Amino acid sequence: MTEKRTEFGSLDNFQKGGIDIVDDDPRNYVFSNIYETAARSEPYERVCAAKNFEYVIEVARAEGQSGWYACRHDEFVVCMDGEVDVHLVKLDAPEGLVDSSLDGAQRLEELPDNQRKMGRVRLKRGHMALLPVGAAYRFEASSPAVVIFQTIQGAETVEKWAEICLA
Amino acid sequence: MAMKDNDTGDLKVANPRGLPVVSDFEIGAIDNETGYRSFRVGSFSFRRDEYFVRISWPGGNHQMPIDAFLRAMMRDVAWGFFYGTVNFDGVFGTTNYYGEVEVFVGAMNDAYTSAGRELIERFRSEELIDVFRQMVDDWTNESYDPFAAPMETGTPWGTKKGSNNEAVSRQRVTAQRMVGLAGDAPKRSDETGYPVNRAFRDVGQDEPEVHAEPGFEGEVAAFNLFAYLSRSDVTWNPSVCSVVRDSLFCPTTEEFILPVEHGNDRVEWFLQLSDEIVWDVKDGKTGAPRAVVTMRAGDVACMPADIRHQGYSNKRAMLLVWENGSPAIPEMVRSGTAPVVPVRW
Repeated sequence: MTEKRTEFGSLDNFQKGGIDIVDDDPRNYVFSNIYETAARSEPYERVCAAKNFEYVIEVARAEGQSGWYACRHDEFVVCMDGEVDVHLVKLDAPEGLVDSSLDGAQRLEELPDNQRKMGRVRLKRGHMALLPVGAAYRFEASSPAVVIFQTIQGAETVEKWAEICLA
Repeated sequence: MAMKDNDTGDLKVANPRGLPVVSDFEIGAIDNETGYRSFRVGSFSFRRDEYFVRISWPGGNHQMPIDAFLRAMMRDVAWGFFYGTVNFDGVFGTTNYYGEVEVFVGAMNDAYTSAGRELIERFRSEELIDVFRQMVDDWTNESYDPFAAPMETGTPWGTKKGSNNEAVSRQRVTAQRMVGLAGDAPKRSDETGYPVNRAFRDVGQDEPEVHAEPGFEGEVAAFNLFAYLSRSDVTWNPSVCSVVRDSLFCPTTEEFILPVEHGNDRVEWFLQLSDEIVWDVKDGKTGAPRAVVTMRAGDVACMPADIRHQGYSNKRAMLLVWENGSPAIPEMVRSGTAPVVPVRW
């Protein structure tokens, strides 16, 4: 008997499942694959893979350095393939940078000088990190990686269901 | 209760059937032949023998294999009746109204309802769960763990032989912000009694590199979610690992068959983290088959709010169940102000 092997997906190797319809519309299942979506998207394009009222799961391909993002609520990121660094800084005056009336990630035009460094996290496959309220964050990936975000729909959320879902 | 204990909020408990609350329960004496107690909730009587549970009510009776019944009852109790309807099989189940619960036979079965043979009674959640807890505790023998995969536990058959209170009284994980943060749900390790499961020995146990500047140790935080899941000692038991308001990441590990057909009262999403699960999807009210959904690592799919689903997993798999815990949603779905499918394009 061989040891059981756990099958994870990656940008280079995933086997998408599917839907066998008995009496339904396949679009009701909003079925996609995060690796396929990430492969077909621009770096750091935050594509909505799941949506439940205002809440979303976004998927992105991390590649090179991202811009800075901030948010008026916590977010979480999970690395699903590859390796990515998350840099965090404390915003001294977030109200001047983040629209407090809006949910979801907001991309900062620029990060003011002299913000306090909070630290850095290096994520590999399966690692989850907190993106805390009041912080700004940026990603760096030396080679393509895949991340998902637990967040709320915002200005950076890209919906392109017809491109990513089975129909 | 469902996944968060504050789910009911200040909302009025919905009662779309207009049923009165029944507060009539009975714990029977120990049976001389089997050693098990019998139980009664309202008009429903429950008795177990060596292989089966016998459910009877005025005008009908129903039976299930005791292993399937205990696995289903264990989830119903542990989840606080979960979201929406928990079908133990095609006949018996519960529907959660978050403070009150309906127990039914045939209410989600087209043949029963067409013939007018269904029976539904309503109970206060805390009174019903107390009886159900006693039932699963009394009927679980020392060698059997209803939460475990079949290959990882003994069998429930036979007359009364000991008990397994430790297994049936497990507390589900409900992180308030994220697993591993100070004061929140702890990570799992050998030392805390969570060895790596036999199906996940190849899953990396490395923790993320966390470099926090002084003063930010509590906010610069990360953990290995896959390692955490590889150490789960239960199956089909979603637990809250991270929270953004009502958005709940509830990852879980799945092996064999989801012990219930879950008829959610809201949209639910699955993100397959590893391996493969096949879902039988049926109509929520009638049980008529609608689709078979095969999910592999990286696949994302929603379960519409008007279906019931049951998963099959050969190799133990990691699944991210994503719930919106808002207490307002069930009534919005019932009144037609919330869609049963979250996205149209």
